[in-house]
Amino acid sequence: MSPSLTIILVGSCVAAACALVGTFLVLRQMALLGDAISHAVLPGIVIAFLMTGERAPLPMVLGAGALGVLTVFLVEAFHRTRRLKEDASIGVVFPALFSLGVVLITKYAGQVDLDLDCVLYGEIAYAPLDLLFFQEQSIGPKALWVNGAVLLANLLFVSLLYKELKLTTFDTGLAAALGFSPIVLHYVLMSMVSVTVVGAFESVGAILVVAMLVVPPATAYLLTDRLLVMLAGAVGCGVLSSVFGYWLAYWLDASIAGAMATVSGILFAIAFVASPRYGLLARLVRQRQLGRDMAEQLLLLHLQSGGTPQSVEQLAQRFSWRRQRLEAVIARVGNRGWVQRTNGSVAITPLGERAVEERGVAPLRHQEATA
Amino acid sequence: MFELSFTARTVLAGATLLGIVGGALGSFALLRRQSLLGDALAHAALPGVCLGYFLTGSKSPLPLFLGALAAGIVGSLTILAIVRYTRLKEDTAIGIVLSVFFGVGIVLLTHIQKLPSGNQSGLDKFLFGQAATLMPRDVNAMAVLGGVVLVLVLLFFKELRVLAFDPDFGASLGFPMRRLEVFLTTLLVTVVVVGLQTVGVVLIVATLITPAAAARQWTERLGVMVLLSAAIGGFSGAAGAVISAGWARLPTGPVIVLVASAILLVSLLFAPQRGLLWAWLRERAVARRIRRENLLKDLYRWGEQAGDRWQEPVSPPLVMGFRGQTRNQLAGVARRLDRQGLVHWDDAGIRLTGEGLERARSIVRKHRLWELYLTRRLDLREDHVHRDAEAMEHALSDANADRLDALLGYPEADPHGRVIPRPATTSPRVA
Repeated sequence: MSPSLTIILVGSCVAAACALVGTFLVLRQMALLGDAISHAVLPGIVIAFLMTGERAPLPMVLGAGALGVLTVFLVEAFHRTRRLKEDASIGVVFPALFSLGVVLITKYAGQVDLDLDCVLYGEIAYAPLDLLFFQEQSIGPKALWVNGAVLLANLLFVSLLYKELKLTTFDTGLAAALGFSPIVLHYVLMSMVSVTVVGAFESVGAILVVAMLVVPPATAYLLTDRLLVMLAGAVGCGVLSSVFGYWLAYWLDASIAGAMATVSGILFAIAFVASPRYGLLARLVRQRQLGRDMAEQLLLLHLQSGGTPQSVEQLAQRFSWRRQRLEAVIARVGNRGWVQRTNGSVAITPLGERAVEERGVAPLRHQEATA
Repeated sequence: MFELSFTARTVLAGATLLGIVGGALGSFALLRRQSLLGDALAHAALPGVCLGYFLTGSKSPLPLFLGALAAGIVGSLTILAIVRYTRLKEDTAIGIVLSVFFGVGIVLLTHIQKLPSGNQSGLDKFLFGQAATLMPRDVNAMAVLGGVVLVLVLLFFKELRVLAFDPDFGASLGFPMRRLEVFLTTLLVTVVVVGLQTVGVVLIVATLITPAAAARQWTERLGVMVLLSAAIGGFSGAAGAVISAGWARLPTGPVIVLVASAILLVSLLFAPQRGLLWAWLRERAVARRIRRENLLKDLYRWGEQAGDRWQEPVSPPLVMGFRGQTRNQLAGVARRLDRQGLVHWDDAGIRLTGEGLERARSIVRKHRLWELYLTRRLDLREDHVHRDAEAMEHALSDANADRLDALLGYPEADPHGRVIPRPATTSPRVA
């Protein structure tokens, strides 16, 4: 397996695993809890290191998972005392735990084979070099095995608990009434986030994990209203980010993980501007459409109540519109046969009168647009 | 105290300064529920710092500051735009800006480091902060920026207070709230830049929020809170610098954060009024009083059933059965009542003293009056009122019980037909 392919595969596994759990974080408005967990697992990893004396994956996952759950518990405990608001309790818990991790790393630097910079932005470039051995036989890059396993676990988690996750995410009250415990599921989800974060930690680091957790699901959320499609879209965006991120990093000779986050940001920006339904452009088009409908309705109502044909000059004065705009409005309404233009004056047709009286003009167009 | 080296003194000055400024400003972020905006701004500043260096090729504070300021403001505007123009919520918007800006920053940083000219740029110290690399010239720049921030906070204190507590009210008074928001964000970005070199991108949020959260526990007044927060921040900074200088290998930033977190923990537990320990003690005292009152009441009712023989001794196992108490639980309650002279506990059993009987009557009276009130005035069925009265008998004051008694016309019996007792000390009947 070529090194590039390995890196892209590891990146894709990380991105896909993050996207699966991240979707629920975004929908449940807990994106920043994901951020907090991704920092706070550090002491768990370090303690696992110190206790086992090696980079064994399983103790690290357990240690970090425990710290992840502890973070969620602490944030909620502080919040529940009503002495701190939720944002503040997140803001005080994760720096404290992260600091603890950094202090532990520095204090036992001789024993902990963990580079501080790597903690922040990962060392995915080394993924092809760190091989996993089984009976003295190399069976491939360790990061690929670890993150592949995490991805598999997340896939199992989401597909087995899909119904429960969907229900507790969109209607907590109903879920509780039907006998699913939202709290248990909340903690299970947070444990999965913690495990995912640990897997990704060495590859992309504490902060870029957040990009993988939050940005692809947010992008997908701007493109669809269906949960299943959103999950698939988030995974797709994540994988795209990792593929193009690798190219960007190669081209700029820069951090691969940073480039992956950058690309995910670019994808989000594209969706933000150009999403067919929720994008900025679609919004502008809709607003323009509303403005046009409004103008047409105003013109028709004025002509109807005035009774007599009016000259274009009179109309221009009445509405104080630019001449160009007025002409455009008259032309559009004329095309529908609602007004008749003879020489310089405009009159409403019987068809136009009916349009105003029966249904109003704007709602009619609106129904066409949304149908 | 140990003798501090020149470097250590520089670090001490820088860390203290940062703590004071961060603490003062953090109060406003905390009250505006924008704790994590500081986090996002810190991360967003990274690409700005890199660009500042990239464009000018200089590591002097000014271009880096301007770069960070620009990036921070773009970041905060992006958050606003995402919240305003999409259906994504603020937490996701903050998460996006924080991680993507940081990713861009890392790309720039690693790119710069591999350029022939940028090899030793040392920009990476902004990630974790390396207080040890602080130079007197850096501290001077921090002092100037921090001083400006503090003076501005002082000058615009009134405006910032309105912004923190009630922006809508401020807008109705004609304050330019949007501009004030941008102003506060700019100040926050300034603090972020001041702190980058000392504590680094990740931990800056703690220098803003943790001291403010601690200070909040001690006071209800904004002015006091800002001062206290600045003091806690300054102390954490100084203590962090001294501790990390003493144990040479510990990094300054994380130690500062841990000191501030410890102060927060102490504040949450022990601050007067809001302290969790006092709240817990208060709750425990109430729970104990309720248990004592219940025992008095139970003894009274037992005596009532036995034909108004209220002061007969009752055997402890029997009393334990009233509420399913264990022997130890009962012993705890009864011993306390014995010391207060309200019950007498000897080999024969537990019995009410004269004073205890009076107290028991007062409690039972409250219970039964309340039951009667609920059935008569609120038209509740008589089998629906007991549980409410169970709570009310411990909460109703004597004076209000007297008023209730008068309101109901000094009734003889409760809805279940049981006699409403009246202690001899009750105010004399008016009728």
